[in-house]
Amino acid sequence: MKDINNPYKPHVATVEDTWYETYGERSIKTFKVVFDDEEVRQNWKHLPGQCAMIGLLGVGESMISISCSPTEGEFLRFSVMRMGKVTQALHELEPGDKMTVRGPYGNNFPVDDWKGKKIITIGGGIGQAPLRPIIEYVKENRDDYEDLTVIYGARSTGDLCFREEIEGLQEKDEVSCHLSIDLEEEGWPHFVGFVPSLLMEVSPSPENAIAITCGPPIMIQFVLENLKKLNFEDDQIYTTLENRMKCGIGKCGRCNAGSLYVCKDGPVFSYATLKQVPEAFA
Amino acid sequence: MMEGMKLQKEKLNDFLDGLRKEKYLFAPQKEGESLQFSPVSEESQVELDFQNTIIPPKNAVFPQTETLFTYQIGKLDIELPEEDRERVVLGIRPCDARAMEIIDRLFSWDEDDPYYFDKRNKAALIGLACLEPCINCFCTSFEDGGPASTAGLDVLMTAAEDIFILQPVTEKGEQLLSEQDLLETASDDEMKTVEKSHAEAAEKLQRKIDTEGIPQGLPGLWESPLWEKVSGSCLGCGICTYLCPTCHCFDIQDEVEGFDGRRCRMWDSCMFGEYTLHASGHNPRPTRRERTRNRINHKYAYFVDKFDVIACVGCGRCINYCPVNIDILNILAQVKEEL
Repeated sequence: MKDINNPYKPHVATVEDTWYETYGERSIKTFKVVFDDEEVRQNWKHLPGQCAMIGLLGVGESMISISCSPTEGEFLRFSVMRMGKVTQALHELEPGDKMTVRGPYGNNFPVDDWKGKKIITIGGGIGQAPLRPIIEYVKENRDDYEDLTVIYGARSTGDLCFREEIEGLQEKDEVSCHLSIDLEEEGWPHFVGFVPSLLMEVSPSPENAIAITCGPPIMIQFVLENLKKLNFEDDQIYTTLENRMKCGIGKCGRCNAGSLYVCKDGPVFSYATLKQVPEAFA
Repeated sequence: MMEGMKLQKEKLNDFLDGLRKEKYLFAPQKEGESLQFSPVSEESQVELDFQNTIIPPKNAVFPQTETLFTYQIGKLDIELPEEDRERVVLGIRPCDARAMEIIDRLFSWDEDDPYYFDKRNKAALIGLACLEPCINCFCTSFEDGGPASTAGLDVLMTAAEDIFILQPVTEKGEQLLSEQDLLETASDDEMKTVEKSHAEAAEKLQRKIDTEGIPQGLPGLWESPLWEKVSGSCLGCGICTYLCPTCHCFDIQDEVEGFDGRRCRMWDSCMFGEYTLHASGHNPRPTRRERTRNRINHKYAYFVDKFDVIACVGCGRCINYCPVNIDILNILAQVKEEL
């Protein structure tokens, strides 16, 4: 069978660096990986919001959002929560180890259409991973966008991803950053409460703005309600969905929400689209 | 197009030998108590006197389990399988051929699935017209459907008293027939008899559904109590999807034995809980109510939305083999009542 353009055949990549974002039973580990094949490296093109199937031969694959912007360099970043068989095996990888990557899959955040607008990201927990590329992309093309506001929260300080990076943004890159944890902890200088409440505390204006949210379903639901209270229109609100996936190319069937395949028609959707889809928030 | 040809029934085995000389031939054969489409060998007993096989012939182009590639544990080389051979599927019922044409749309959507089309593009379908439709067949409910429909076929074959009539439908079918030397041109009378038997067969169908309004109306019944009612007795066995000629969903798994590993795909079913189960434990379709709702919506609304055709051909298998007698026509009748 022909080798070229076989969408099921993954590429080999080397873990260049890896570190834990959070610890514990459901720890999150970030991997910075580089394709072994020069040609693959050069042909790879992705945009914020897209995903990739990463895995290990003999174990399997998982669909993980690419958590870096293409503007950062010729590498990929994945932040993986340890949940099942594949992610457990991935967590055992150390620098120099190999993983497989295929993709990129799905559509992307329409970052180019958003030029000239204010960008607000609203993330919860591991949901910050697909939002991170937007932040990096906007930072890199800072003159093309107006204000950048990052709203991010997790259950506790131990569950926050990219904390130092986000705190660093505030100082260096003219980004308005707002962090929260659900319950009070000693020494925590930021907001205490749920992300939807933090959103109301920040109360961004909908004027010429785009709000992008990602996090647990329950958080998304309340963030959407609050964005509506802040008078955001449906087409000013974006989110990215996840569903169980196997193929990534719209064939295996399982990731559908209504007649949309999350792997191809998504994962990025505007609220205007999702409102019409019966299963979107199931 | 070439005229109708005839084959003496007594020469069937010679004809099959001719077909499989250069091609992989799939035809219905007894396996235990049931008939199945499987590769024909010298010892095979091909059976053409049947209503339909329990398992549809989709495995000729979309095997139940298929190797995507192989590898050695601890190494990084990925070995793709050999290219597949030209194949003929003989005896496929018109509904099942139409089903292949329907799932072609999915497998070619945006990008071709190379494994599927490696077989599909190499397959010639010789259909066998249904003269005795089974009790739950409803193929005439669909545009292009019918016991002698040629949709998706390369050749339509019809059994008469002591001959088979073979009518080419596509150029591929014509080419295939022209390579065979046991065929003679059929007479006008013989062709007329065949046409008559086609018309009579269509009259024999006992069940039908008027699909008008269903694709547009179904999603609006999302919260209807009907889904609870129609899925109440479902066991979640998945047989309705495994035996469905238009069901195309698959899982991908790695299998390892010693140092030999392979990644393969296998038929999967939206009627299983694990199908949509997230790693977090969250399941967007937690019960059989949501799964049944998805199955019906997928076939009668989503597929229409995306690919402009209902993903059901009326073969009746899901009705015939459901262990608790769930009947898709019954469900659709209830849907129509609520529209």
